[in-house]
Amino acid sequence: MVRIDAVSTRPTAAVVGSGNIGTDLVYKLLRSDALELRYVVGIDPGSEGLRRARDLGLETSADGVDWLLSRREPPDIVFEATSAQVHHAHAPRYEAAGIRAVDLTPAARGPFVIPPVNLDRHLGEPNINLVTCGGQATIPMVHAVSRVTPVAYAEIVATVASRSAGPGTRSNIDEFTRTTAAAVEVLGGAERGKAIIVLNPAEPPLTMRDTIFCSLEPDADADALTASIEVVVAEVQQYVPGYRLLQPPQIEREVTPDGRGRVAIFVEVEGAGDFLPPYSGNLDIMTAAAARVGDEIARSLTLQER
Amino acid sequence: MPYSDELDVRVTDSSLRDGSHAKEHRFTVDDVRRVVEGLAGAGVPVIEVSHGDGLSGSSYNYGFSAVDERVLMRHAVEAAAGRSRIAALMLPGVGTMDDIRASRDLGVSVIRIATHCTEADIARQHFAIARELGLETVGFLMMSHSQPPEVLAAQARVMVEAGSQCVYVVDSAGALILDEVGDRVSALVAELGRDAQVGFHGHQNLSLGVANTVLAIRAGAVQVDGCTRSFGAGSGNTPTEALAAVLERLGIRSGIDPLTIFDVAEDVVRPVMEGECVLDRMSLIMGYAGVYSSFLRHAYRAAERYGVSGAEILLRCGERRLVGGQEDQIIDIAVELSAEGAARRQG
Repeated sequence: MVRIDAVSTRPTAAVVGSGNIGTDLVYKLLRSDALELRYVVGIDPGSEGLRRARDLGLETSADGVDWLLSRREPPDIVFEATSAQVHHAHAPRYEAAGIRAVDLTPAARGPFVIPPVNLDRHLGEPNINLVTCGGQATIPMVHAVSRVTPVAYAEIVATVASRSAGPGTRSNIDEFTRTTAAAVEVLGGAERGKAIIVLNPAEPPLTMRDTIFCSLEPDADADALTASIEVVVAEVQQYVPGYRLLQPPQIEREVTPDGRGRVAIFVEVEGAGDFLPPYSGNLDIMTAAAARVGDEIARSLTLQER
Repeated sequence: MPYSDELDVRVTDSSLRDGSHAKEHRFTVDDVRRVVEGLAGAGVPVIEVSHGDGLSGSSYNYGFSAVDERVLMRHAVEAAAGRSRIAALMLPGVGTMDDIRASRDLGVSVIRIATHCTEADIARQHFAIARELGLETVGFLMMSHSQPPEVLAAQARVMVEAGSQCVYVVDSAGALILDEVGDRVSALVAELGRDAQVGFHGHQNLSLGVANTVLAIRAGAVQVDGCTRSFGAGSGNTPTEALAAVLERLGIRSGIDPLTIFDVAEDVVRPVMEGECVLDRMSLIMGYAGVYSSFLRHAYRAAERYGVSGAEILLRCGERRLVGGQEDQIIDIAVELSAEGAARRQG
């Protein structure tokens, strides 16, 4: 089919789910020059997210995915910002329609993707999963260490403001713990991974903080480690400008009886404040990663067309 | 309403869980067997055994266990030989439902599930699975000093709806003072009525463990915690042996024989401890500034490593309103204090 629409030849996208995450993602996708956000769908006609999307000139519906898939021009890419259960129901329908799915839920149907770690490896997959907020914030650091020295064990501690932990997270916190720990191993490159999440109700809400501990071999090169960490921090900052090291990496030798040392990396994640408040960097890093992944998929689709 | 026909109040001794902090999680099988033998012999009805930060707490953040807690729990069940029930603690976000299942399989019969006192809803799935497994359930509202009675009561209701059979006001910082305990326990009793029991877990950081516990009982708590020889985090917990004596004098039946547990405290528990739990400057600051008692040893270590004041670290923990589980931030604070010190010296 030859497109005669001269205004845009960019791949089109839809956001499914008009809650906080979906709405924040809308603002980020509108800034994209690689894809064209066209649709936002939800299931609640009174939703603030749908109203905002309409005001921004997007095509919206409260009739969910049925409406989206019956469009004469369905989107090329869909961003799922619903729940794991809902995504399990939607995913086969997207795939049947040839639509690429970027999954922000913990459904984990497709391969895990963390942009600085493996973005280029899965661009052709029908479905990509973004792990968890804690995973997006910490696994880049585990990766930064494991590419310099073997990491026998890595442990991450994510502290988020109570207000930024939604009902989905709260009703299944084990899913966070397990999925993040699994991704610390699979993507982070640690032999064994552990994840801890802490919710803090302080007011005003605290900005997301993460601590990443990695074991170090006795001969690990401290300068190379610090340099690698700084490079990856800069890569994350390309899509999350508020991602920063709070302290220089803290390296200790012979911490455990096996003679291994340990590096502790302290980061803070401040969100862009598009729709979600800046303290909820845990949510922002998910939507920012989704937008980043969406851009790359769009570019790969555009290349294919040529 | 008493706890049962035989007991007015049921005491859980947490020396082998809260004491894990003071011991830096270095309990051996022998330690556990001896303490359980002693406590069971003195009539302590429930004995808690876990990593200090609960099941799967063994980590960089909280300290690695010298011996896998599952091995310790198995030995505890064996040593108790049916005389005492063995309890385990778990914190959603640190441990998972798998840990609850594993404890049940090891013969643990009481699971205590702890959240920060405003976050009860993160434990729903854990209470549900525990009840399904036939475990007795207890909910822990940690850092209870930080919220008023009505907030705690509402959070207790969330835990009970999820399947908790008792909810504890947990004074993790040892910061609650007398009536503040009574008011909180009363609010929970009023909210829960006959739906669930109410409990109290006290620390000694302001030297009020026993007194606070008595006030909790007078306000309607029927489960309370102690640690023999105060063996617990911070300056330790309500000493079980003193509590046993006080309760007997007050005519409150706990089932614990005072003279026997005095001996256990001196001859069995004390030798397992690395030092007495004392009311020193650091512990006092925890009670005074409302800091999670388990931070004590971490603050000592960070102070030594970075050459900064441990007391200043703890004060800053209070200022930042850290909650239980945020031990990682102690290092961050120490690095920050050290940098500030260097800047001052240069300036």
